[in-house]
Amino acid sequence: MAKITYITHDNQVHTVEVQNGLTVMEGAVQNDIPGIDADCGGGMACATCHVYIKEDWFDKLTMKEDGEEDMLDMAFEPKKNSRLSCQIIISDELDGLIVNIPSNQS
Amino acid sequence: MNKTDALIIGAGPTGLFTAHQLKIIGLDCEIVDNLDKIGGQCIELYPDKPIYDIPAVPECTGEELTNNLINQIKPFNIKFHLSERVDEVKKERDKWIVKTNNGTTFSTPNVIIAGGVGSFEPRKFPVKECEKFENKSILYSIKDKTIFEGKTVTIFGGGDSALDWAVELSKTSKINLVHRRDDFRGAQATVDKVQQLSKEGKINLFTKYQMTSIKGENKLESIEIKNDDKEIKNIKTDYALGFFGLIMQLGPIANWGLNIDKKTVEVDTEKFETNQKGIYAVGDICNYPGKLKLILSGFHEGALAARACFKLARPNEKYRFEFTTSSKTIKNRLGVKSD
Repeated sequence: MAKITYITHDNQVHTVEVQNGLTVMEGAVQNDIPGIDADCGGGMACATCHVYIKEDWFDKLTMKEDGEEDMLDMAFEPKKNSRLSCQIIISDELDGLIVNIPSNQS
Repeated sequence: MNKTDALIIGAGPTGLFTAHQLKIIGLDCEIVDNLDKIGGQCIELYPDKPIYDIPAVPECTGEELTNNLINQIKPFNIKFHLSERVDEVKKERDKWIVKTNNGTTFSTPNVIIAGGVGSFEPRKFPVKECEKFENKSILYSIKDKTIFEGKTVTIFGGGDSALDWAVELSKTSKINLVHRRDDFRGAQATVDKVQQLSKEGKINLFTKYQMTSIKGENKLESIEIKNDDKEIKNIKTDYALGFFGLIMQLGPIANWGLNIDKKTVEVDTEKFETNQKGIYAVGDICNYPGKLKLILSGFHEGALAARACFKLARPNEKYRFEFTTSSKTIKNRLGVKSD
């Protein structure tokens, strides 16, 4: 279990508890947090669950798999701290993670 | 005006198998899809990725699944309308009149939406002002490459489309290629070619840059790009091309008077009919309690929607359930010999 904070582009803060083993994307979708579309359902095939990771957290996450960076090329306004939230799996270590949701997914 | 018993929107696995089910029970159908090829998400998003949960198929790729489905409906000679998006669905007496963006029209008692997550559209530049020049000097696909001759063309993207066009257009145009990182995801041979053309000065390469704004009154004049270190460059250009892949948009489906919840269409689980009589939704785009977004669910939904179509297409006949193993009528439709 980890407390994850999602901040929408209009600065609404949603903090929810997400079970270990789920992804950051699933945590948002299951809690009706707006701004994460996840069109492909978590297959790393669409780049519509794009989030920005709060700087101090970025290096603590597991490295991007091959292909995630390719998908991020297509994301809306990708930055250095961009990730696909479907590729971040929740564990106790992620308790307190903060992610920012971009204004658009397409 | 094309008359058909059922019009299927979407040529993904669910649309293809729904067509099979319609033809098996003796109904006509035609299929419209916005992509230029058959297969939907399977072919556009994961042609090479293995799928493990198709019943009786331990493993197959998106492309293999598509090809098998195409083979399965081969006996029926179904008419496909590819690269066409259904824009309008309107009721006229007891028929639905369906219009595509190319002006093709259909008259049908049954419309089956098998549209996945909507239609695939090109991803666009995030800069809002780009809309002003869209389809004029800001493009997301190329129909006539001769318009670029002797012009300056700025291409954005790091995949095969961006690289292939950069190489091709560099023969007759001045090319700027802008990409958000150093790595390109296109084929290695093309990446090498681009690097070589860059050394020869035929392609100006700007890596780690992204578009921040555009300038121009009546026509595009220049583009501002910024890199990770916040260095800004202004490049003069006649055209800007964006190749960021495709995104799924619900698009015009939202305007057909259907009950829509979170980009999905509400249906019943008997006929997979929407709140509009004669319009059904099957596959990923439909929504009902317990819905699973699996290909196998789409097959089931399509089979039931096809039976529901029978009533409206053949109001004076009674649908009779038959097995393909034993029915002579079905074997005739399939063009196979019966015992």
